[in-house]
Amino acid sequence: MKLGKEEVEHVAKLARLAVSEEEKEAFSRQLSEILTYIGKLNELDTSKVEPTSHVLDLSNVFRDDIVSESLPAADVLANAPDRESDHFRVPKIIEERV
Amino acid sequence: MNPTPLTIHELHEQLKNHKTTSRELTRRVLDRIRSVEPKIHAYRTVTEESAMAQAEAADQWLQSPRPVHPLTGIPIALKDNLCTKGIRTTCSSKILENFIPPYDATVVQRLKESGAVIIGKTNMDEFAMGSSTENSAFGLTANPWDVNRIPGGSSGGSAAAVAADACIAALGSDTGGSIRQPAAMCGVVGLKPTYGRVSRYGLVAFASSLDQIGSITKDVTDCALMMDAIAGHDSYDSTSADIPTPDYARALNRNLNGLRIGIPREYFIDGTDPEVLHAVREAIHAMEKLGAKTREVRLTHTEYAVATYYILATAEAGSNLARYDGVKYGYRAKPTKDLLEMYMKTRQTGFGPEVKRRIMLGTYALSSGYYDAYYRKAQCVRTLIKGDFDEAFKQVDVIVTPTAPTAAFKIGEKTQDPLQMYLSDIFTISVNIAGIPALSMPCGFTKTGLPIGLQIMGRPFAEEAVLQAAYAYEQATEWHKRKPNI
Repeated sequence: MKLGKEEVEHVAKLARLAVSEEEKEAFSRQLSEILTYIGKLNELDTSKVEPTSHVLDLSNVFRDDIVSESLPAADVLANAPDRESDHFRVPKIIEERV
Repeated sequence: MNPTPLTIHELHEQLKNHKTTSRELTRRVLDRIRSVEPKIHAYRTVTEESAMAQAEAADQWLQSPRPVHPLTGIPIALKDNLCTKGIRTTCSSKILENFIPPYDATVVQRLKESGAVIIGKTNMDEFAMGSSTENSAFGLTANPWDVNRIPGGSSGGSAAAVAADACIAALGSDTGGSIRQPAAMCGVVGLKPTYGRVSRYGLVAFASSLDQIGSITKDVTDCALMMDAIAGHDSYDSTSADIPTPDYARALNRNLNGLRIGIPREYFIDGTDPEVLHAVREAIHAMEKLGAKTREVRLTHTEYAVATYYILATAEAGSNLARYDGVKYGYRAKPTKDLLEMYMKTRQTGFGPEVKRRIMLGTYALSSGYYDAYYRKAQCVRTLIKGDFDEAFKQVDVIVTPTAPTAAFKIGEKTQDPLQMYLSDIFTISVNIAGIPALSMPCGFTKTGLPIGLQIMGRPFAEEAVLQAAYAYEQATEWHKRKPNI
């Protein structure tokens, strides 16, 4: 299985990951090798096998809808890289019309 | 002289009988950390001040009529992916370099309720992705048995600290072998409990259907005592199982009469170090002499476990690590012109190479057009691997194998070849895929003096049987008493 440079760029964009030229080449080579190894799974016929997403025999776990204490906003905001009063601050999202 | 070679249960006797105090013990451990850290670098953070305060509180408890817990006053280290209120928790990643959690993980809470002393946070592979602790963004950890070798990973700091007596016991996390493999490499005891046995609340998520918290200790009794403290249902983790937990320490005894041990042919293969195979076979003979009956079992899909794991684990990681976007906490790249660039640059410069490689692989496996070929396929093979264990455990009570195909390898030996590094987890990964419990313990040494690990696997929620087998074998041997010369 070969993962070309263009596919690497596409996947990196999906993962919101900027990649340098060197990284593109390294990922293309390393991921191709790993995917070739993973191709081993095609030796197995799984057409009659149900997938397992979780080992425990659990479905939805419900709890009563009771109001309980949350973390104080100040504690949560303390780790923010940038903030303004009680908000997380990020670079401008909305573009101005000229 | 090493001042802290004792176990939890030995120190508990001393503390209970007022032969020492928690403050004295904590000071001795802090001295030991100062003396060995320049050589092994097991810690990310040493919490001297809060540890001494906790030790003082433990001493008051020990003086009071209130019943004490076996962990009261005992210095314990935590892997740096377990959230600790007010104490930096980095996952050995630049992206969380300055993250100070506003809450304690449930296991940390439970240790504190037992009166344990939190001595520090240990080094690890970034986000627990690795088998050698070489993927830490903050430097290597060395193996106390040979400082030119890796301690295993990803809980390498926890295992090295326990082996070097730089703490009395530690917690780690295990997604594909990250407790058991470093325990094997460092000659200590590591248990990955059944998925759901221990709450994952406050464990920084890597692969949520595989991750499990467990202990790294100097012997099996300590392992049982740690389980007694951390196991059990938690309403903060909906995947934690709401079933009763036994008294693990009380269940230990030396008798193996009637225990049925399965030996899977697929774990005794070419490519495994002959010294490892020899030590494990000797251990099986020793267990037979203690009354166990052995028989061959088949785990025929074993050769597909690594491939299955590297789809499931990376897909889950790709989703879990989407939260590191430079907005709410952690590192943010600056300056950037807009939000998208901020996300992309933050993640490019905040994550290390192995984490990025896995995010890429996981994102690819889940991407449109490839989901069925990779992710769904791996989930189907997961069913087959789990089915192998279900069948085997109809015939036997525990399964015994090597923990890793070799003893500790040299620093730098596998860093250039990700696939070779992945294959070093070949004997530990299936256990996470099937969700069952497994323990690693020392069962011998190579001619060059490196520890060899024995793995004991059990049925889901049958940690008792695993600990029982391990304890009986340990009591009949001396391996756990050997100490590295550091």
